[in-house]
Amino acid sequence: MYDELGERGFTPITVAVDRSDEDARPWIEAARPTHPSLIDPWHVVADLYNAVNVPTDVWIDERGRIVRPNDVGFGTDTFRSLTGIDSGKRLAALRAWISGAVPALPDDRVRALQTLPTDRDQTARAEFALGRWLWEHGRTAAAARHWDLAGNLAPHDFMIRRGTMPLRGIDPMGPEFRKMFAAWTGAGEPYYRPLAS
Amino acid sequence: MNVPRFTLIDDGRATELDASIDGAVLLSDDAVQAALGWEVTEDGLCREGLCMPAPRPVAGANGIDLGTLAEALGRPLALDVDERVAWLGVGAVERARALRALTAPDFALRDLDGRVHRLSEHRGKKVLLVVWASW
Repeated sequence: MYDELGERGFTPITVAVDRSDEDARPWIEAARPTHPSLIDPWHVVADLYNAVNVPTDVWIDERGRIVRPNDVGFGTDTFRSLTGIDSGKRLAALRAWISGAVPALPDDRVRALQTLPTDRDQTARAEFALGRWLWEHGRTAAAARHWDLAGNLAPHDFMIRRGTMPLRGIDPMGPEFRKMFAAWTGAGEPYYRPLAS
Repeated sequence: MNVPRFTLIDDGRATELDASIDGAVLLSDDAVQAALGWEVTEDGLCREGLCMPAPRPVAGANGIDLGTLAEALGRPLALDVDERVAWLGVGAVERARALRALTAPDFALRDLDGRVHRLSEHRGKKVLLVVWASW
């Protein structure tokens, strides 16, 4: 899509919420991107935008305004059977916005679609970050305690709950993740929260 | 007695300082100013000539209570007394205000070559911000 529309004043910026460069590198190098492909081990963007899972997309216009808030951002239908999310519709909408064929959403509609962070969410993020600092300093047991606290404060925040699994030496696709996923969805909670519109 | 230093991290910026820990973490005026830039006065908390009232006294006889200070600043505090480190995050009110304003929060992050990119460098273009992970 970038190759098709980049000339029209559009760029993707990808942000990998990963443990390290090495975790993200194989994917980035395989995609050979010409757009900025950034690494965010401290969850800076997740904190600024209240992103609680991946993939998350945000549309930002030429003036630096959010014109479509956090949405589930699958570029393909690889996970469609799991998520029920149709990437084709979303990509068509994105293409229409970029080309100028369809105007962006009005501000009040964007605000209505936003999910804002709570005090608990922000405390969870502080606990995550303290854990990350402890982990960087080799204090892995203490780090895990703070990630557990964070997960209990914000159980919907899989950026924290699943994203810290590689840091703890847990397979983020393995049985512990499947158990977490089953418990969450079994309680009637959605793992992905696509926008209504 | 040789007391190990305490690390206070202000949203990513770490400062080592002296603290006494007795249930609560107590800091000196100088330590608070060095780590956070706030001066604790009788009028409340002051920085760069601006003061805001604190809901209850932050400074006691033995120093400034870190937990009360975080509360007064409206910021979340993650604390590990055993490890002698605390992280002051950014509060929900501040984050929500920024998101409601709809100006996309700016950030600076590295790519794999170590080059730092800022979102704001791309003004004048439409941006699809994609947050993803290998997990």
